[in-house]
Amino acid sequence: MSTTAFLTDSTLCIGCKACEVACKEWNQLGDDGFEWSGNSYDNTMAVGHSTWRHVKFVENKPEAGRGGNSPDQLPAWGFSSDVCKHCEVAGCLEACPTGAIVRMEFGAVFIQPDVCNGCSYCVVSCPFGVVEKNEADGRAFKCTFCSDRQRAGLEPACAKACPTESIKFGELDALREEAKVRLEVLKSRGVTDAVIYDPQESSVKGIHSLFLLRGDPRTYNLPPNPEVPATYLRKGWQSAAVAAGAMLGATLLAFLGGKR
Amino acid sequence: MSRVPLPELPGRVPDSQSERRLAAIRREAAQSGVVSGKGVAPEGSPFPIASPQTGYYGVPLLKEPQWKPEVPLYFFVGGAAGASAVIANMANWVGDDRELARSARWMAAGGGALSSALLIKDLGVPSRFLNMLRVFKPQSPMSMGAWTLSAFSSFSAAAAFANLMQVKLGASIPVRLVENAAGALAALSGLVMSSYTGVLIGATVIPVWNENVGTLPQHFAASGLNSAVSLLELLGHDNSRALNLLGISASSYEVAEGVLLESKRHRVNAPLRKGWSGAIVRAGGVLSGPVPLALRLAYAVSGNKKLRRVAAWSSIAGSLLTRFGWVRAGRASARDHRIPLELSHQIALQKPA
Repeated sequence: MSTTAFLTDSTLCIGCKACEVACKEWNQLGDDGFEWSGNSYDNTMAVGHSTWRHVKFVENKPEAGRGGNSPDQLPAWGFSSDVCKHCEVAGCLEACPTGAIVRMEFGAVFIQPDVCNGCSYCVVSCPFGVVEKNEADGRAFKCTFCSDRQRAGLEPACAKACPTESIKFGELDALREEAKVRLEVLKSRGVTDAVIYDPQESSVKGIHSLFLLRGDPRTYNLPPNPEVPATYLRKGWQSAAVAAGAMLGATLLAFLGGKR
Repeated sequence: MSRVPLPELPGRVPDSQSERRLAAIRREAAQSGVVSGKGVAPEGSPFPIASPQTGYYGVPLLKEPQWKPEVPLYFFVGGAAGASAVIANMANWVGDDRELARSARWMAAGGGALSSALLIKDLGVPSRFLNMLRVFKPQSPMSMGAWTLSAFSSFSAAAAFANLMQVKLGASIPVRLVENAAGALAALSGLVMSSYTGVLIGATVIPVWNENVGTLPQHFAASGLNSAVSLLELLGHDNSRALNLLGISASSYEVAEGVLLESKRHRVNAPLRKGWSGAIVRAGGVLSGPVPLALRLAYAVSGNKKLRRVAAWSSIAGSLLTRFGWVRAGRASARDHRIPLELSHQIALQKPA
């Protein structure tokens, strides 16, 4: 099977949250609590153990023709449906000590719920802050890329439910091309601030959830240089080797010196 | 006609504290045009705007570490146990101090067992702890740690048991061989035990941890050695010159580490200086570095054992605070969205045009 991907085009997103609802219904996820955030129409704020799709409501300065509202009243809205990035080099997968996190045949990063023992090391290994442990359940959860549906030959629930085809699902290479074409179309129409978010230069070596956004990706909480924890391993084990050598040397010298 | 009961008044009694707070809100609103903290954004007020300056409303990008207090406690116990396995072997082979070796062996074995218990208790699904041993993954410090802990707790228990056999049943060369072999393996894995926890937290996405990955393993190893020496002294080995020398070297390293951390004053290290995490890390640093170093040197000159005992208690407290402080600093660091987003220091609150 080929490598599949999402392309989430925020210029088409209308903020209806159908993807969130579809995701929760298909995957039978619980609620996220009922907290008011005070930040636009977003009370979920981030993806987590019970939120695998999350629509971000980015409010910009009022601007005519943007956000679909009269510029004197409402901010120019930008929406983007966030999701697990299913990294090419996945920090969570590398960190998992039980082998519960695996790479599926279509490229998805999947946490096997029957293997995970809830050590929560993946939580501090995800550069996008996606994986979270469900404290009540004890295990870590995140988007499965609808692996069950994909295996049945279907598209993920969010992509299927999206009414504007803001969430596109397909082969990774084809979607990368499609994103470039769409970017050109947008620029030719005067949307000069459109960008593709696909950090192939960083140590995650690319993602399987591409994003097409307007403006700086950081406005959507997308890090410019996501780094997988493995980049720090060498330095860490070198320091551990120095520590071990120093401890051996110090104890040897201390007991030699203590004899006198 | 029945009397209609008077409506019940809200039960809060105004006091000086409540009135001061209301005055503070008024002052803040008058000065800055907005009141920080939780609340509503009324019409006309500066409503929050997502921007390249603020990120996504300042919402944390990373998830906070979800470890329970068992984990920093394990860092302490495992570090001390690992170091005491090393001490046991050196005391046995080089120092010729069988009594010290015996205590250190038992401390290593007890610490190994307690470490396993603490780690299992922290798991979300403790009954699945053996899943840690279904794969061997060098790229995962957590996997390496699970295997190291398994090896360490087995070997240190074997060494302590072989030691006990000889105490109860008399000296025997084969049992002595077993004790020495198990003890050597325990010391070898003990070296990893006391330092790998620095790699464990250093090789993560938490900025304050990975920023210091180059010295965290050394820092934790010195902290483990410091607490192992101190615990052994408090167990009655306060005549051993070697232990005092070891305590001096460990606390000297802690002084150097403290100076290094204090000199790196960039914002990634802010949780090591500011807030509760900063207070705990700094208190831990003082209690495991300069305080025991001065006391131990004073003991070496004066021979006053009281000084040495205070140094031991100080080192143990410092070592504990260090581990709890670093984990807490990691939580504070995860909450700071500016570092992974590479935003400038100040959060600018934009007003709508």
